[in-house]
Amino acid sequence: MAEHLLTVKDLEIKAKVHRPGEKPFDVTLVDKVSFQLKKGKVLGLIGESGAGKSTIGLATLAYGRFGCTITGGQIILHDNNVLSYEGEALREHRGGRVSYVAQSAAAAFNPAHKLDEQITEVAINKGAMSRSEAVAYAKLLYKKLGLPNPDRFGRRYPHQVSGGQLQRAMTAMALASKPDLIVFDEPTTALDVTTQIDVLAAIKEAIHEFNTAALYISHDLAVVGQVADDIMVLRHGKMVEYGTTEQILYKPQQDYTKQLVAVRSVYKEEKPRTKEEPLLRLEKVTASYDGKVNVVQDLSIELEAGHTLAVVGESGSGKSTAARIIMGLLPPLQGKIYFEGKELTPRLKERDKEIKRKIRMIYQMPDVALNPRHTVRDTIGRPLTFFFGLQGKEREHRVVELLDQIEMGADYLNRFPAELSGGQKQRVCIARALASNPELVICDEVTSALDPLVADGILKLLMRLQEETKVAYLFITHDIATVRAISDSIAVMYQGKLVEVGQKSKILSPPHPAYTELLLSSVPEMRMGWLEEAISNRKMAAAGN
Amino acid sequence: MRLARAPLTAKLGLIIILFYILVALFGPFLAPHKQSDVVGSVWQPISKEFPLGTDNVGRDILSRMIYGTRTTLFIAFIATCLSFSWGILTGFFAAVSGGWIDQILSRWVDLLMAFPTLIFALVVLSIVPINMTTLILVMAILDSTRVFRIARALAADTVVMDFVEAARLRGEGTLWIIFREILPNTLTPLVAEYGLRFSFAVLFLSSLSFLGLGVQPPAADWGGMVRDNSLGITFGIAASLIPAAALAILTVSVNFVVDWLLDQTSSLRNQ
Repeated sequence: MAEHLLTVKDLEIKAKVHRPGEKPFDVTLVDKVSFQLKKGKVLGLIGESGAGKSTIGLATLAYGRFGCTITGGQIILHDNNVLSYEGEALREHRGGRVSYVAQSAAAAFNPAHKLDEQITEVAINKGAMSRSEAVAYAKLLYKKLGLPNPDRFGRRYPHQVSGGQLQRAMTAMALASKPDLIVFDEPTTALDVTTQIDVLAAIKEAIHEFNTAALYISHDLAVVGQVADDIMVLRHGKMVEYGTTEQILYKPQQDYTKQLVAVRSVYKEEKPRTKEEPLLRLEKVTASYDGKVNVVQDLSIELEAGHTLAVVGESGSGKSTAARIIMGLLPPLQGKIYFEGKELTPRLKERDKEIKRKIRMIYQMPDVALNPRHTVRDTIGRPLTFFFGLQGKEREHRVVELLDQIEMGADYLNRFPAELSGGQKQRVCIARALASNPELVICDEVTSALDPLVADGILKLLMRLQEETKVAYLFITHDIATVRAISDSIAVMYQGKLVEVGQKSKILSPPHPAYTELLLSSVPEMRMGWLEEAISNRKMAAAGN
Repeated sequence: MRLARAPLTAKLGLIIILFYILVALFGPFLAPHKQSDVVGSVWQPISKEFPLGTDNVGRDILSRMIYGTRTTLFIAFIATCLSFSWGILTGFFAAVSGGWIDQILSRWVDLLMAFPTLIFALVVLSIVPINMTTLILVMAILDSTRVFRIARALAADTVVMDFVEAARLRGEGTLWIIFREILPNTLTPLVAEYGLRFSFAVLFLSSLSFLGLGVQPPAADWGGMVRDNSLGITFGIAASLIPAAALAILTVSVNFVVDWLLDQTSSLRNQ
């Protein structure tokens, strides 16, 4: 057997693009990428969306997504060229020797079958194990992956377990056929940070325990740094840098890698509180969608003019609901909202135009927040016409001014959203919100759908705009790094209730309430060994209690 | 959406539809005879004088076909336009408003759709005086229920998008949301649907005329002409097949074009 388990040499993958009105043309997704992987080692593939990392991962299964073709190079596993496989050999290879863990476990499991059936299916079908052997092995895997009640876990249906457990169950499914190589495709991206840490630890332990090789794909360098032995940085389908995790994290050579390592280093000094009446004040607000379960309970927060309040929490903490309450989309059951010292009517319809002008919102997904049939000019210009009655040249002038403010310029006036990148779309959304000269902008996870470097750019832009326009932000996010970067004060929410609220310096320095501590300690740090440290700290804390 | 890259079927369909439209527009100048003039004897075969022969009372079939195209297309076109304007407006309004407005409109449409269209039309048309206006109105109202359903479904998909919420938060009115936010995003499937409903309208009108409740004689229309000449079939006379063929060709052509349009929408979506 060769020294290396997997050798990828000059891999080239192309896709055919069909645009209406144009002849189909080829786009190179992966351009001459080569790497080698030894048994028991983990290679991290990192890069922004469109870097080709998932495409490479799937190529090791000899699979190309719809429209993709592997046009050149070799993938050699165990001295066999994977790309020459057909029929039975290909089936043997996929799932047998290489298995795949997808990003969204919830979408990858069939909701109609129990977990055991799905996890053992491959091993049984390949003839590697009998049913009872496979089930016994699955139980062993559940135990190794830290799943609760391993003997009975597999008898549940996918919807009966949590997202983090499901992701670990998918890792169990990948391990069940005892493969030589596992491809992890962003396995923790869809999870909350506090869940991510458990899944990461479980994956890392399982890889070591079973001595399989793995490709770990992620856009988050801090996460990859915890599990990978080597890291390959990709951009636009080309390799940018390749090295050991230590080299990449501590001694990056290329500019792009340096930027990736330095990401999330945006930081703002907090503004001190003043004695003035806050711009926005929520007083014991309780709200519910169905009248039974309170999604937000007794929420009291304050935000001063020109300041940033970060509302932070995991999914289901009620932070987005808080935004909907302030916007008037969900009238609260109890409690009051004050804006500029006056009580705000709870329903959007009953609010006057001036209030609507002063409170604006920016959304998480810029793709659906912009009307695909409106040009940038229409999108940014409409609030100008609507609120200030601007027409013709005046309006055009102001639109260009706003475009300059978001660092885009007049060239973009006639573009449609489909002709913009994700970051540019979000910038247009920001310009649309600022067009009405608002006092308060609610930012609902505005950077979560963006690549880290692009997200950094958006945060910097928002901070600059705040200095220029003195607008206040209510920043809703699950990402502590974002909170650190831009907030003046922080409200931590958990299951609809406020855990704590206060100035940034106070919240971020110990001692913390238990939940804040958990949240803060779960954010991956850009250094090696963080995962082990965090886990052992947690165990110690648990033992100490 | 470029015409040059359209498939052959779509091009053929467009050419045929264009031909029908031209015939309808310039009918009176093209037709050699008036539509109700008796110019020959009964069921004369194809000849130089009568290129498509004569019908059951000795009228020139070519002239009647030309006038028939005009009547049929005109009624179907106006009826479909009305049903679309009304169906889209109410459908979008229901989707944007939601709540009890949506419930009332949707249940009303359910009620109308519970009656078989043809029977409903026959009942109404046997009560009201039959003229072009009532004919168009009855067809438009019945057809608007189908358009309502489709428009509401399309709008319901769009109305949940963040950009619609953004417009609402800005304080935009319902009409802005309907015409500026939703309509541009649903236009292509609606145009395709228009084509389909138009060919259904032509068929429906022809059925009504065939049953004697549509276009009234002596005015010519395709359904009526099929009925007038249907007895001839027993004698081996093909006169009734000519309007039937015109109907079939139009329907197939419209479907060719619609297929192409729908292809365009799906390729846009896949982007």
